[in-house]
Amino acid sequence: MKLNILVIGRDRAILGVVERLINSHEDWKATVVTEEEQAFGALGEKEYRIVFVAAGVGAEEEEGLRRRINERYPAIVVTRHFGGGSGLLENEILSILDNKGYDK
Amino acid sequence: MSNTILHKAATRGHADHGWLDSYHSFSFAGYYNPERTQFGVLRVLNDDIVAGGRGFGSHPHDNMEIISIPLEGSLVHEDNMGHKEVVSAGEIQVMSTGSGVFHSEYNNSPDKAVKFLQIWLFPNKLNVEPRYDQVKIDREKGDNKLQQLISPYRSEEGSWIYQDAWFFSGHFDEDKEFTYEKKRGENGVYLFVLKGSFMADGQKLESRDGLGITGSGAIRLKALEPDSEILIMDVPMENKIK
Repeated sequence: MKLNILVIGRDRAILGVVERLINSHEDWKATVVTEEEQAFGALGEKEYRIVFVAAGVGAEEEEGLRRRINERYPAIVVTRHFGGGSGLLENEILSILDNKGYDK
Repeated sequence: MSNTILHKAATRGHADHGWLDSYHSFSFAGYYNPERTQFGVLRVLNDDIVAGGRGFGSHPHDNMEIISIPLEGSLVHEDNMGHKEVVSAGEIQVMSTGSGVFHSEYNNSPDKAVKFLQIWLFPNKLNVEPRYDQVKIDREKGDNKLQQLISPYRSEEGSWIYQDAWFFSGHFDEDKEFTYEKKRGENGVYLFVLKGSFMADGQKLESRDGLGITGSGAIRLKALEPDSEILIMDVPMENKIK
């Protein structure tokens, strides 16, 4: 089963790149959304382990999202993706999988 | 009492893509070492060599302070903010990528490699309007003393970033001793030797070695070879988003 990763951000161009980079890994599948309502819609459709908060979402909004997502889905790691895709994205995912003891 | 972490040059991650030969002091791209992900807010320290006529095509970044320091040769920078600049050895380039920027960096020479450091710091403010800056380094100012390259303040020497971090560099005669006083109590200091060798906090550092030091207010250094050159990065150990 693929690792599903949800990405919430406001910059559609960057979201497109992040989606492409995640999907370039054969075991990972990205869904990208721009609004919280869309995020909860996606979370209700399949099992996610990671939610990345990306560019355009502020720190307070991120904290609110984390709280609301974890109230309903406590196992999901909600964290910020820094850097806009290239460079750190793969490392961020591997680090979460390491910390949670999931297969890489 | 100080704590130190030594990163010998030979223990860095390495990726040779042909056109790009890159050494990673911290986990980056395909190099993942959970024991070596960052030093405080210093997340990326890449020592890159890009072949003539080659480079990084247009790609995005956000929410990262990116500092590029050419060591030999020059890069052509282009971004979606409208900048098209050449940044050469003796200059530094700073990008606050904030809410998002697309840029490319190509070697300005068709046949000679460009060598540069690519340094990324987590910002202390999210989603800022992206900005580009480029400053010249007056090499004489770093002659047997430290020259400020980066600070959090627009009014100070060098460029500035959205982070409570300072960068200094200097080149020193053999046996020259000096002290670096940390700028901020809760910061740590990461030393990176660009050329020659130094003794720092009782540790011998050679070219491209890195030494992270926390807990110490002042660091005593001594150059061990003629024209030894060092980069000092004074960075928060914990990121506090403002």
